[in-house]
Amino acid sequence: MKITKRARYFLGAAATLLALFAVFAVNIPILFYHKLPHASFLKYCFLILLLGAGLCLYRVLRGPTAADRIVAIDILGVLIVGFCAIVTIPTGRLWYIDIGIAWALQSFVSTLALSKYLEGKDLDE
Amino acid sequence: MSNTIGMIFIGIGLAFDLFGCLGLVRLPDVYNRLQAATKCVTIGTFSIMLGVFAIFGFTVVGIKALLCGVFLLLTSATAAHALSRGAYRSGIKLMEGSVVDKYGEDLKK
Repeated sequence: MKITKRARYFLGAAATLLALFAVFAVNIPILFYHKLPHASFLKYCFLILLLGAGLCLYRVLRGPTAADRIVAIDILGVLIVGFCAIVTIPTGRLWYIDIGIAWALQSFVSTLALSKYLEGKDLDE
Repeated sequence: MSNTIGMIFIGIGLAFDLFGCLGLVRLPDVYNRLQAATKCVTIGTFSIMLGVFAIFGFTVVGIKALLCGVFLLLTSATAAHALSRGAYRSGIKLMEGSVVDKYGEDLKK
């Protein structure tokens, strides 16, 4: 039992380190519309944010309780707001930041409603 | 120059985001996960917003990014507080080796 637990930890750490290595070593093509001097740095930014979103989705998949899943969805919303703010820079489409603001508002309201529901009250209390 | 400053802020924010998500996977309890993930990811995203503001300057996009960052800084802590209160009241236990539980003692009185 103890050995399998340790093996699971080792497997998870190895998978995360492998993903980080793949972010920095493998040349993954991403389409950019405007060439900035820091465009390759922004590519690493996207890939690292996608790695964090993948870790959040892992917690959504196997959280033991409902509260774990709500926490992971909340954190995923905040990550997506940051993603929308970064994607404004290389593409030059200025309405991506509006998507981020709307996502932040909706994520806050939905988290409050879900926590009220978890507590066992009605929504207008 | 402002491009470089913005990229430095975005890099710091990305490091905070990644470590917050790692804590979300790695820690043993709902409350530990909430504490690690909320603080790290909120500060990381606020730093990303500061970087976007430093790149775009006082234009519409920069001021929108700054407003979005301040909004996140205000609301994320509120959401985390409500979520932890709801999780405790719905009967989720603390982890095995926890030492102190002041909120439970207050509820018993």
